[in-house]
Amino acid sequence: MTDVAAPVPSRVVLNQGDIDRALTRIAHEILEANKGSKDLVLLGIPRRGYPLAVRLANKIAAADPAVDAAAIVGQLDVTMFRDDLSRQPARPPYPTKLPKSGIDNKVVVLIDDVLYSGRTIRAALDAIVDLGRPRIVRLAVLVDRGHRELPIRADHVGKNLPTASSEKVRVHLEELDTVDGAPVNEVVIEAGA
Amino acid sequence: MKHLLSTQDLSATDAIRILDTAEEMAAVGEREVKKLPALRGRTVVNLFFEDSTRTRISFEAAAKRLSADVINFAAKGSSVSKGESLKDTAQTLAAIGADAVVIRHWASGAPHRLAATDWIDAAVINAGDGTHEHPTQALLDAFTMRRHWARLHGTESQGTDLSGMRVAIAGDVLHSRVARSNVWLLRTLGADVTLVAPPTLLPIGVEEWPCKVSYNLDETLQAGVDSMMMLRVQGERMNASFFPSTREYSRRWGFDDTRLRALDELGLKDTIIMHPGPMNRGLEISSAAADSPRSTVLDQVRNGVSVRMAALYLLLSGDTREAVPASAQPGATTQSTKESH
Repeated sequence: MTDVAAPVPSRVVLNQGDIDRALTRIAHEILEANKGSKDLVLLGIPRRGYPLAVRLANKIAAADPAVDAAAIVGQLDVTMFRDDLSRQPARPPYPTKLPKSGIDNKVVVLIDDVLYSGRTIRAALDAIVDLGRPRIVRLAVLVDRGHRELPIRADHVGKNLPTASSEKVRVHLEELDTVDGAPVNEVVIEAGA
Repeated sequence: MKHLLSTQDLSATDAIRILDTAEEMAAVGEREVKKLPALRGRTVVNLFFEDSTRTRISFEAAAKRLSADVINFAAKGSSVSKGESLKDTAQTLAAIGADAVVIRHWASGAPHRLAATDWIDAAVINAGDGTHEHPTQALLDAFTMRRHWARLHGTESQGTDLSGMRVAIAGDVLHSRVARSNVWLLRTLGADVTLVAPPTLLPIGVEEWPCKVSYNLDETLQAGVDSMMMLRVQGERMNASFFPSTREYSRRWGFDDTRLRALDELGLKDTIIMHPGPMNRGLEISSAAADSPRSTVLDQVRNGVSVRMAALYLLLSGDTREAVPASAQPGATTQSTKESH
């Protein structure tokens, strides 16, 4: 997935420290907006939203000892709800795993790495409706790169990145990615082909 | 992958991809809303030239769970009984706008014919052709075995294969498309397959198949079996006598109460008993075996829906915009091979 035929000029816009600080801030913003940790559920969107959700849950648990990080994190696959299924090569779905307490009457925070057209989030909202009825749904993203195609905005943003639509934003997280064999945490902008 | 016609040309990667997708589809069946919008607006035609209960219902349930529109076609009571050819039927379906055709036909090779010609530009899924292949049945059997095998090894089934599993398939291999599809697929997934049947019910050339052949069910059981699959004796396809009497058949090649007890005596406590259905109780399988906790007959039916959802999803959710011009010109083979990657 990350292998590119020819090296493309790229620049790092967030390094490991930047990502960590952004997530710490978002974790506190989530607690602040919710006035505490009551009823919080963090749902990460595969693939890179899920490790981010786990990291955020750990940070929330560190800030509020009453929280069990593992009990508030879940994964929400939106593949089958996308509106571009007949325009892209078939992709196998990822597992959807909800916390034991479910999502009914909870405050669900959707977590994704990059907010772009907004279509993934639209699909996620549809997927949530089929799973239950949360009291509130919020959205937290590591990077908002603009170019929205739907009336969707994030409640918590790690960094607003003005980009050209020809550029590619790649998020590398050590849970899933290695570059040259070493695990990395960084956000990279690649120039368009 | 544009069509699903046979398990013989299915690679291990593709097979595992279908099984992994089916695993996610199975999770949908446990949810409150058992429906996904993935195939909204697509039309799936069930084209059944031969009787079937579970396969047709299973495909119908699978397509409906993915929000596709389903048209059921049974040869009985259709223009086929007025002598309409497969070509004309296919072109009629094309004109109606079918995106996928699930076909069961009494003639071996009918699905291949439909896929290879330009009669209809739809994904073709073989739901059983003559005595040739029945790939979705093999996939659901493999899915059932893989879950069992993964549970035994204490792992998640996602991404795993059947390495080291000993599978015995016993009964009417000659007329069984299920056996053929299973032999190829299980071999691809790394299982060791043994066919057990009277010599009269084995096809010519079986020694070329990637499996062992035995004439003695008891010896096979003694050698150790992790999954015992019984095949239906297909009376409707038998135009000669292949064994002296049903009683002799059930005593020598049927899974009866004695053999069920033998599994315990041999210490094979984790062996499962499979049957693709419909069962001839008392002939190839005894009621006690069919209803025992080892039996996976109903799991197979349940898993069938998940596997067929996976197949429909993977065949129909690809990029359709390019597929249309590529297949509009019959000579464009290079283009279509590129697409499948």
